[in-house]
Amino acid sequence: MVGPHLPALYGLACQLVGDRAEDAVQEALVKAFRKYEQLEDPGAIGAWLRTILLNHVRDTVRRDERHLDEIPVEQVDDTRSLYRRIADEDPLPYSDTLHLDFLSCFSVPDVWAVLDDLPDHYRTPLVLVHMYGVPTREAAKALDVPLNTLLSQLHRGRKRFEQSLWDYAETNDLLRERDGAAP
Amino acid sequence: MISCSEAVQQLWDYLENEVAEADRAAIEQHLAFCRRCCGEVEFAEELQSVLASAAEIELPRAVERRLTSALDGLDSERSQAQATDHGGTA
Repeated sequence: MVGPHLPALYGLACQLVGDRAEDAVQEALVKAFRKYEQLEDPGAIGAWLRTILLNHVRDTVRRDERHLDEIPVEQVDDTRSLYRRIADEDPLPYSDTLHLDFLSCFSVPDVWAVLDDLPDHYRTPLVLVHMYGVPTREAAKALDVPLNTLLSQLHRGRKRFEQSLWDYAETNDLLRERDGAAP
Repeated sequence: MISCSEAVQQLWDYLENEVAEADRAAIEQHLAFCRRCCGEVEFAEELQSVLASAAEIELPRAVERRLTSALDGLDSERSQAQATDHGGTA
């Protein structure tokens, strides 16, 4: 019952605590087994395990780390979106579906590489909410911050992620490869 | 009527249902006539799918073996505890 959820749990733990992921998952599993009777809906076991892992990480592994509230607020340019930049710079002139083709240049390892380059305080909220579908209120609780702090870090994180996607594509010649393949 | 830049700043929050009702109405009013911002919404949705599809990483074999073995251990501990409970109450 738990086995199929291990890859997602481990992936989430990798993002949250890096090389301590395996220990974190194992300790969360021990907690899950102890409170197994509290699982009301067996169909929701994935979300239930995820919550246990998030609480475990918040209460133990990340306790000594810098709190999101303590990170200085960074100004981001949110007047120019990635969508607009792609339209303006038209990096794939042969494409009829420019924006979708831009995104399709990124493999899964590319997406991870872009995320890995983001500062932790941007990456973590982004990964929790947009990659693993954790509701924002649950993510705020897991990271032990007010909802507004989480939302504002999420906002900045998304802008940084968009900028980094463009920079990564340029640095790694993703667009040239794709454009070169066009007729 | 809100401007394109005001709409764009709130698009992801709009998609996450994290905007107030009045802001939602203002964004939808803007989207009803602004083709470019509709494109922004579609792109943001696509970007969310790209992120979500990268969620499941392949579990390294050694990690999978250790975690599965830990699960088996926990499972047998639980079975033993249940057997003891039933034995004690019988």
